[in-house]
Amino acid sequence: MSEALVLPEAELQLDPYAYPIEALNPAQPGLFRRDAHLPLLKRLREEDPVHFTAESEFGPYWSITRYDDIKYVDMQHEIFSSEGGITVGDQDEDFQLPMFIAMDPPKHDVQRKVVAPVAGPRNLAALEPTIRERVAMILDGLPRDETFNWVDRVSIELTTQMLATLFDFPFHDRAKLTRWSDVATAQPGTGIIESEDQRRAELIECLTYFTELWHERAARPEPGNDLISMLAHSPATRDMITRPMEYLGNLILLIVGGNDTTRNSLSGGVLALNQHPAEYDKLRANPALIPNMVSEIIRWQTPLAHMRRRALVDTELRGKVIKAGDKVVMWYVSGNRDPLMFESPDAFIIDRPNARSHMSFGFGIHRCMGNRVGEMQLRVAWEEILKRFDTVEVVGEPVRTYSSFVKGYLELPVRLTAK
Amino acid sequence: MPKITFIAHSGTPQTVDAENGLSLMRAAIDNLVPGIDADCGGECSCATCHVYVDEAWMARVGQPGDREESMLDLNPERGGNSRLSCQITVSDDLDGLVVRVPEFQM
Repeated sequence: MSEALVLPEAELQLDPYAYPIEALNPAQPGLFRRDAHLPLLKRLREEDPVHFTAESEFGPYWSITRYDDIKYVDMQHEIFSSEGGITVGDQDEDFQLPMFIAMDPPKHDVQRKVVAPVAGPRNLAALEPTIRERVAMILDGLPRDETFNWVDRVSIELTTQMLATLFDFPFHDRAKLTRWSDVATAQPGTGIIESEDQRRAELIECLTYFTELWHERAARPEPGNDLISMLAHSPATRDMITRPMEYLGNLILLIVGGNDTTRNSLSGGVLALNQHPAEYDKLRANPALIPNMVSEIIRWQTPLAHMRRRALVDTELRGKVIKAGDKVVMWYVSGNRDPLMFESPDAFIIDRPNARSHMSFGFGIHRCMGNRVGEMQLRVAWEEILKRFDTVEVVGEPVRTYSSFVKGYLELPVRLTAK
Repeated sequence: MPKITFIAHSGTPQTVDAENGLSLMRAAIDNLVPGIDADCGGECSCATCHVYVDEAWMARVGQPGDREESMLDLNPERGGNSRLSCQITVSDDLDGLVVRVPEFQM
C-alpha cells in the first residue's frame, strides 16, 4: 500500500467522456468514495476493455474490465503472478508482509491448505448455532425509534465477533481486530492513520499480541480448532513464527479477508434494499430468497473492487501487448456490472438467476477461501433481521471508504421499524 | 443417451439422462441435481462441482488434468476419486456411471 497523496476532488474523472480515453484512470480512491466509479468503468468496458494507464498515483498499470477477460486473467496464474502484492498500490518497501494470497504455487498451496479447513463448510455447520445466537444478541440490543450507524452497531460488531471466534481470540479485546483490519488497508491521511510509521507501529502491536497467542496455542498438547492452533501445529507452517513478517502477513490476510468484506456486504445489502424497495417487498413476502439474495448482495456490493497481478512474460490480450513486469488490475467491480454477463447489471434483483456467478470471490487458485463463511454470516444475519424488523430504513447519506480496493462504508444511518 | 447416477450425501440416488459431448456438471445442473453449485459455469476455476467417482468407474473416467488438479488440491475434503464434474465429458463409454455428491461444496 503506497504512500499516496490524496488528490483534490477537482481532479477526479467524474465525467469519463470529458477526457481522451488514454487518460482514464480507474484507480482513483476519491471516485469510489463518491460512488462515482461506474461510468468510467463502463466506458472502459465498451471502448477499451484492456486499458493502459500510463500515470497514476500507483504508477502505470493495465485495467481489465470485462467479465470474461477478468476470469481468463484470474485463471492464468502461470502468466499473471500474485507474488509481491495483490492491490494496485504496492506494499511499503520497508515493511513487506508476505502472505499466501500474494504468493504463487507451490508455496501458496501449501500455506492455504493449512488454514482452509477452518473456513470449510464442515466447520461452519458446527459454528452456525453460535453465530445465530450472537446475531440475535446484537439485533436485540439495537435502539428502536432512533437513528444509529448500522456499520458500527451491526456490521462491524457481527463480523468482528465471527473473526474472534475463528481465531479463538480473547473476546473482550475483539475491537483490536477491527482496528488492525482498518489500519492494514487505510491510506495515510484519510482518517484512520496519519502515516506509514503509524501503520507499522500498530501492526507490530498486532504481531506482538498474536505471537503470545501462538506460543500459548503451540504449548497445548491437543491443537485447538482455531486458525492460530492450525498454523502453530501444522508441519507445513509450525516454523512460521521464526518468520514474523510472514506470520503477520497471513494474520492480516485472514483479518482483512474475514472482516472488511462481510462487514461491507452487510451494510451494502441494507443500502441496496433501500434503493430497490420492490425487492425489499419481494424479500418480506418470501424469505426463502435469502440465500440467492446473499449472492446478489455480494455481486452488487463487490466488497473488494479489484485484485492485481503482475505479468511474468510478455502476453497478448485483445490485441494489446502486456509486457513482462507490468501490473494488471482485474476490476471485479466492473466484471460484476458487465451486461454481457448480467442482464440489467446495475439493478439489484434478489432472485437474479445467475447471481452466484458473480466474481467477487475471484476465480482460480486464489478464489476466496472464506466464501462460505461470508455467505453463512450474511444468510443468518438476514434471516434474523427479517424475523425482527419490518424495515431497516436508511435515513441519511452513507459515508463510503476512501479506497479503490476496499469498497465499503464508514457510516450508514438507519432507523428500525419493528414488526 | 447415457444414464448417470448421482448419489446425494444422504444416500438418495438420482439417475439422469446425460447428453453426449456435454459435461457431467451440465447433466447435473440441467436435471436439477442438488449439491452441485458450478459457480464459474464450467471452466475449472471454482471447484464447486466436486464429485466422488465410484471406484469401479475411476479407470474409465480417468485422472484429473493439471489445472483441475491445482483446484482440487485446495479442497481439504478431496479424495483419491475426487473429480470436478465440469471436466468430465459424457460419452457412451460412461453409460451407467455412478458418482457421489459431497456433503458440502467448498
